Amino acid sequence: MAMLHTINKSPFERRTLDAALRHAVKGSGILLIEDGVYAAFDGTIVADKVKAAMADHEIYVLGPDVSARGMSEEHVINGVKIVDYDGFVDLVTQYDKVQSWL
Amino acid sequence: MAEPWEDEPEGPVRKFMYVNRRAPYGTIYALESLEVVLIAAAFEQDVTLVFMDDGVFQIKKGQSTEAIGVKNFSPTYRALEGYDVEKLYVSRESLESRGLTTDDLVVPVQVLDKDQLAALMEEQEVILSF
Repeated sequence: MAMLHTINKSPFERRTLDAALRHAVKGSGILLIEDGVYAAFDGTIVADKVKAAMADHEIYVLGPDVSARGMSEEHVINGVKIVDYDGFVDLVTQYDKVQSWL
Repeated sequence: MAEPWEDEPEGPVRKFMYVNRRAPYGTIYALESLEVVLIAAAFEQDVTLVFMDDGVFQIKKGQSTEAIGVKNFSPTYRALEGYDVEKLYVSRESLESRGLTTDDLVVPVQVLDKDQLAALMEEQEVILSF
């Protein structure tokens, strides 16, 4: 069954997102949290990579971490789903298991 | 009557540069840097701040941290002017690769390219990296 991958590091500073995407099978979910949320914004040098990944994965971003960083829904790439903490819990139950890429 | 410490000669003023390269909330670096900047400013040193790499996110407008239960320290950057910390520089490459412009920032800054930043670093006497 499908796995949920969580990524909490900035894609501009670390290769965590790349590592996760390289090892995530089709149908698994990607949840961006903490500094990982920077991958969810449009107009950056990593946006194309994330858009390409959407062909194989649902991509989610944690809303509270987005607002903390001065960003909002309008900055988030179309098709990336914004979830709150309750939504985070729902995802953890909805997917079979969780891999946290630290 | 003058307090004893007021009679002492003023210490040397050195050129201090703080290089901020981390995003604001994922690690403690940004907040710690700000604390140290305020200390140096209290000692009336010649302070320069640089925001580069993910450090540019420290001064992104509109931060709202209520939901993550962490203090939003971004308004403090606007108070730096009151401590005579007015030399704020931002890397052009870092802004552009993150889809940001100076309109997105909470403070007025001067945007420099990498060669200008390198030259500015060479002028400093003390560089502290966060």
